[in-house]
Amino acid sequence: MLVVCNAVLSWSQGNFTGNIESTFQYLNDDPVINALQPPTKGLINSYMNVFYTNGGFKAGMRMESYLPRIQGYPNRFDGTGIGYRYLGYVNDKVDVTLGHFYEQFGTGLAFRAYEDRALGYDNVVDGARIIFKPVSGFQIKGVYGKQRLTFNGGQVINSAGIIRALDADFNLKEVCQKRLASFPVDVAVGASFVSKYQPDDDDALVLPENVGAYGGRMKLQYKNFTLDGEYILKEQDPSLDNGKIYNKGHAAVVNFGYSKKGLGFSLSAKSADNMSYRSDRNKELQDAFINFLPALNKTHTYNLVATLYPYATQPLGEIAYQADFIYTVKKGSAWGGKYGTTIGINASTTYRPVQHTSGIDVNDSSRVTYEARLFDKSDSLYWRDINFSITRKLNKSLLLVLSYFNITINNDVAKVSNDATGIISSHIGVVEASYKINAKHNIRMELQGMFVNKLSNGNINDKGNWATALIEYTVAPNYFVSFLNQYNYGNPDTDKRVNYPNVTCGYIHESTRVMLSYGRQRAGLFCVGGVCRFVPANNGLTLSFTQSF
Amino acid sequence: MKRLLPLVFIFFHFHFLGQQAFSDTTSGKKVPSVSLKDLNGKTYNTSNLGFSGPVVISFWATWCAPCKKELMAIHEVYEAWQAETGMNLVAVSIDDEKTKRDVITYANGKAWDYTVLLDPNGDFKRSMGVNNVPHTFLLDKHGNIVYTHNNYAPGDEDILFSEIKKLSIE
Repeated sequence: MLVVCNAVLSWSQGNFTGNIESTFQYLNDDPVINALQPPTKGLINSYMNVFYTNGGFKAGMRMESYLPRIQGYPNRFDGTGIGYRYLGYVNDKVDVTLGHFYEQFGTGLAFRAYEDRALGYDNVVDGARIIFKPVSGFQIKGVYGKQRLTFNGGQVINSAGIIRALDADFNLKEVCQKRLASFPVDVAVGASFVSKYQPDDDDALVLPENVGAYGGRMKLQYKNFTLDGEYILKEQDPSLDNGKIYNKGHAAVVNFGYSKKGLGFSLSAKSADNMSYRSDRNKELQDAFINFLPALNKTHTYNLVATLYPYATQPLGEIAYQADFIYTVKKGSAWGGKYGTTIGINASTTYRPVQHTSGIDVNDSSRVTYEARLFDKSDSLYWRDINFSITRKLNKSLLLVLSYFNITINNDVAKVSNDATGIISSHIGVVEASYKINAKHNIRMELQGMFVNKLSNGNINDKGNWATALIEYTVAPNYFVSFLNQYNYGNPDTDKRVNYPNVTCGYIHESTRVMLSYGRQRAGLFCVGGVCRFVPANNGLTLSFTQSF
Repeated sequence: MKRLLPLVFIFFHFHFLGQQAFSDTTSGKKVPSVSLKDLNGKTYNTSNLGFSGPVVISFWATWCAPCKKELMAIHEVYEAWQAETGMNLVAVSIDDEKTKRDVITYANGKAWDYTVLLDPNGDFKRSMGVNNVPHTFLLDKHGNIVYTHNNYAPGDEDILFSEIKKLSIE
C-alpha cells in the first residue's frame, strides 16, 4: 500500500503544464453577407492539453470536443475524445516518444507535422520517434508513423499511408569547439530522407507504392552575414493533385541576410515544382500533407491587408522572391526624433514556373509530361506585394504608424474571390495612432482604406473599395474593449455596400482570458486587445475562454 | 483501526499531493526542457537558459502587432531594468518557416538586446501551454514561474517590472 502511496507522491512531484481553450458561437442568419444560422444555433470547440514531466519521463494528452465545430472548421470534425497522446523518455543523449508527436526537418520542405488550431489544421504523426544526440551539435532523428487526417466521432482517423523518415543535423563549430574556436564562419549542415508507403489502388496505372523525398540544407554565418538554403527532390508521385503524372518534383529555398544593430536586410528565393507530398495520394486541399510549402511573403496584420487578398502557395509549382529591409533611425538625430523612428520596406513576387515540353511526348507511356528547371520562371504573375511603413514615437504618449501596401494577386490561379476577374490590383493605406492616457489607460485607432484598380474595360474588379476603422481602449492589465467596422463602400452592386461592425471586450487575469464579441466578421487574421488569431466569417456572438497552467 | 491506517496514509498522501501540485497555478512550476536555437544557430535548453537573475520569457511573432509593441516598450527601458534587477529577457519567436527569416531582420533592425530563440514548430509554445501570443512568463532565479500574463496593453510592462522588483528584493 505504501509503495503505491509513495509512487503517487513521486508522481505529484513532477511538473504539470497545459492549457484549456473553449470557443462558443451563437450565430444568426444574415442573408446580406451569406451567413447562415446552423441548425444547432450554438457551436462549441473545446480543448485541453496536459503535459507531465518527471525527471526523464514525459507524457501528455489532449482532449478535444466539437459539439458541433465552430464555423470555418472542417465539417467532418465532430464528437469528444482524445486527439493527441504520447509517452516518452528523454535524457542528454536520447529522446524517445511513442504515440503522437509533432516534428519538422530543416525548413519543412520534406517533412513537417504541426498543429494550427485556428485553421483546424493538424497532421500530427502517430507512431514512434527517436532523437539521438551523441555529441553536442550533432543530432539524428528517426520517425515512423501514420498521420492524422481527421477527427470523427470523437476519434482520430489517420490517413492511408505510412511515413518513415530520417534526418541528420550537424553544427560544425559546436561539434569541434576546441579546434574551431577562432574560425570566423559558423557552418551547419543537414540532410533528410522521407519515404511514404501506400498500396497501389489504381486499376489502370502501376503506381509507385514507396515514394521518397530527400535532400540537404546548409547554413553559413560570417559576422553579420547569413546564407542558408535547402534543396529537396521528390521521386515520382502520381497523385490527384498532379493528375497522376510521373514527373519528379523539387523544392528549393535560398536566403541571404545582413543585419547589425539598427539595420536588417534579407533576400530570399524559392523554386518549387510538383511538390505536393501527401501521405494519401487521393487527398487534396489541406489534407494529409507530409511537407510544408509556405508562401514567400510577409504575413500582414492590418485587417484589410491580411484578410482580403492573402496568397497561399501553389504546390504544383511557383518561383518566388522576397526582399525585406528594416532600419531604425537613431534617437536624438534629426530624422530619429527623441524616441527613434523605424522604417520598413518589403517586396515579394511569385511567378508560374516554365514547363518545357520540347522533346517530350505527353502521350507516351512514361507519363512524364514536362521538364521543370530550378528557378526557371515565366512571365505569368501569381502574386506581387510592395509595402512600406514608418513607425515613430512622437512623444512619451503618442505613437504613429503610417503604412502603404500595393498588392496584386492572380485570382485565376490563387483564387481569393468569386467576384473577381483575372488579376486584382489594390492599394491600401493605413494610419495607426496609439495614445497613452496614463500609466494604465491607452487608446488606439486605425484607419484603413483599400482601393481596387478597375479592369481594362472600366468595370470595378471584385468587390471594389473598402474602408476600415478601429478604436480600441485598454486598461492594463485586465480589460479591453474595441469597436471595428469594415465598410465595402465601393461594391459594384449597391445592395452589397455593407458594413461589418463588431464590438469586442475582454478580461485578462494572468494567463486567463475571457473574450466576448458581437457583430459581423470577415474571415482572416484578426488582432484585438493584444492577441492575434484567425477567425472565420460569421454574424453573431462569440465567447472564448483560454487558460494556461 | 489497523486496517484503516493505510487508508489514512493514502488520504494524507493525496492531501499532500493536492497541496503540492494544484494549490497554486504558477508558484513552484518549472519551465519544461525543450531544445531551441538562437539567431546564430546556438542551441539552448529552455529549462536551463544560463542566466543568474530573474528571466522574462516573452512569446512573440513578427506578424503579431501587440507582441512587437510589448517588446518595443521593454526595449526602451531594458538597460535600466537590467541595471536595477539583473534580469534578462528571452524573446521566443513562434514564427514558422514562412516568416522565420524575418525574425533576425526584425530583431536586429529594431536594435534589440534580447536573447531571441526560434520555436518554428511550436514545441516550446505547446509545452508551456501557450494558447496565443503575446504570452509572457516571469521566472525567479531558481527557474520557478512566478508570474504570467497573456496579453499586451500599454502599461502592462510597468506591472511586469514591479513583479521583477519583488524578486530582487527577496
